[in-house]
Amino acid sequence: MRVGRGLSRSSPRPYGRSRGRSQKVPWLYLAPALVLLGGLLVYPIYQLGLISFFEYTQAQVSGGEPTTFQGFGNYAELFSDSQFWQVLLATVVFAAACVVSTLAVGCALAVLLTRVRAVPRLALMLAALGAWATPAITGSTVWLFLFDPDFGPLNRLLGLGDYSWTYGRLSAFFLVLLEVVWCSFPFVMVTVYAGIRAVPAEVLEAAALDGASQWRIWRSVLTPMLRPILVVVTIQSVIWDFKVFTQIYVMTNGGGIAGQNLVLNVYAYQKAFASSQYSLGSAIGVVMLLILLAVTLVYLRLLRRQGEEI
Amino acid sequence: MKLAPRLAVLLTALAVTACAPQTSTNSSSDKDDKTGTLRVWLFQEVGNKPKEKVVDSVVTAFEKAHDGTKVDVEYIPVETRAQRVKAAFNDPASAPDVMEYGNTDTAGYVKDGGLLDVTKEFGDWTESKDTDPTARQSVTVAGKVYGAPFYVGVRALYYRTDVFEELGLEVPRTMAELATTAREIRAAKPELYGLVVGGAYTYGAMPFVWANGGELATGKGDSYTSAIDSAAARKGIKAYTSLFGDDNCPAAKCAGMGGNDTITAFAAGKAGMAIGGDFSHAAVEAGKVKGKYAVVPLPGVKAGSVAPAFAGGNNIGVLKSTSHRTLAVQLMEQLASKKTQASMFEAMGFLPTFGDVREKAAAEKPYVKPFVETLASGTKFVPASPAWSEIDSSLVLPTMLQEVISGKKDVAGATGDAARKMDEAFGSAG
Repeated sequence: MRVGRGLSRSSPRPYGRSRGRSQKVPWLYLAPALVLLGGLLVYPIYQLGLISFFEYTQAQVSGGEPTTFQGFGNYAELFSDSQFWQVLLATVVFAAACVVSTLAVGCALAVLLTRVRAVPRLALMLAALGAWATPAITGSTVWLFLFDPDFGPLNRLLGLGDYSWTYGRLSAFFLVLLEVVWCSFPFVMVTVYAGIRAVPAEVLEAAALDGASQWRIWRSVLTPMLRPILVVVTIQSVIWDFKVFTQIYVMTNGGGIAGQNLVLNVYAYQKAFASSQYSLGSAIGVVMLLILLAVTLVYLRLLRRQGEEI
Repeated sequence: MKLAPRLAVLLTALAVTACAPQTSTNSSSDKDDKTGTLRVWLFQEVGNKPKEKVVDSVVTAFEKAHDGTKVDVEYIPVETRAQRVKAAFNDPASAPDVMEYGNTDTAGYVKDGGLLDVTKEFGDWTESKDTDPTARQSVTVAGKVYGAPFYVGVRALYYRTDVFEELGLEVPRTMAELATTAREIRAAKPELYGLVVGGAYTYGAMPFVWANGGELATGKGDSYTSAIDSAAARKGIKAYTSLFGDDNCPAAKCAGMGGNDTITAFAAGKAGMAIGGDFSHAAVEAGKVKGKYAVVPLPGVKAGSVAPAFAGGNNIGVLKSTSHRTLAVQLMEQLASKKTQASMFEAMGFLPTFGDVREKAAAEKPYVKPFVETLASGTKFVPASPAWSEIDSSLVLPTMLQEVISGKKDVAGATGDAARKMDEAFGSAG
């Protein structure tokens, strides 16, 4: 970005005919990508937004009843539903907990990777890649089995008897959090590890010679240097964890006892597909999209203000 | 920055050109071809072979009777039926002509515009006069008939004869005795659930409401009002939810269970009693408790009475989009005929929907006697409103039960909330 901008600034401004041409050429090059993005991204979002303004249930889809324009009716219904706010709050808190835990575990293990010998490093890498490669459904089922009150080995190990992890709201969320962290820390770990490897060894050596502790090096040397990478993994994690679906759906059986473990994505699914209220589900989808966009934009803006470019 | 106005123009253009999301033109087909291929969707059961055999013989006879007609039967998995049926309604070209469907879905499918009104044909069909009233109700929406009943299913009380004998217990004759017996079993044998119950087992809980004089909803046709928060219904909910506890079925384990989980627990020998259907017979027979259990109708509030059971079951209907109207209706009648139902009972144990056929079946196979008795003493059905599918799939009742069981709300609060949600659904669907 910076390089490109610098060039265009220093090169003399083209006048006349050539100006028009040079404006078109980049668009021409971009066209294939834009068409693809338009088809795969803009069109579905456009449909999502469109549906959210109509009364659109199974009866409308299959032509049993005419579609009627609702304006912001679906949104009004959603915002007046106390369960929606409760689910939204749970989603935000749960996603935040997942992001913090994932980043902490991922970064800690990345630093660990740089400090150990080849064999343990390989073992840790393989274990992490295994977790990463495991499909979410398989992972969730295995975690559920590990914590099963009747047959799970973990309760026996911890001496908890037949304690049911999925019964209480917090313990069920905690169980899902463990699985989410388990399957998403490898991405953070590998990315941050690659970033640390790219940091010149002299810098770290100098810091070590100055007597900095491992924590100090991480905080004052690595974090500033790795900022662009950390930004990317944080945004990725926020988006992933905010949209978590499979783990909740599988591990709490579609939202837990009396819907206590619902998160927005599962809630949208229940509305859209279980109850066939596609329009309400779409409205939830649009709200999620806006929240995620807002979070990402605010985060990027904050970084800009600190003078960082990514 | 120049992009913004262009984008705005583009978006406006899009919004103007396409003003509504897509809908399928699923109007009834005017065609009534007398030859060609009829497509049929039936449910894939656990152990489907015997069902296929019965269906094959019906199909062969039908093809022989109608020259130039071919019948193409497909068995669809029960778990994914909702998606399949939705897809069929959305795309008439790939839809079947005749299909089997769960009777609680009738009103919803009618509202979706998927099922053909066969009131006249059903009335003209000689066998239909023997159809029992509950089964007839399950294909009727607002006075019109949308299919033929295929089989009924009811639930009754399974109990372990060996456990009862060992502990010297009597078979409970009232709902109060049921609870005390359950606790006695649990007290004497802590490794067993007394009566295994599930927080997500709506149709196991409803008999408690009905036996206490409560109703799911009152009304007719288009205007239903929830009655789940009435005093009588609350009494039933209280009776059912009080069974969740360390003295019978610990909430931490049982709150999340559904109907199948309770049957699995009973079949594995982990429970003294369970509420199971005639359709659960095969599963229990295949379990550890084979030969060590018996079935009686679920007792009601007064001694000697039977708690009204939910009349579940499946129907066979014709899709509105069929291009073989006459043939499809005839095939529906053949698939749901007395003869087919009798052989289907032989093959699969599905209870016939005709009173006379059912009596004959009970005489042949003693195990169906308690279920036939339950049917005879009166059953209940869910409100014949399109809103029911929504209430069912948005888990209003399991949520209500689980809120009480987990202590999040008291009976009054939970039933009040459930009634509000049901009324909302009735209101928006009506």
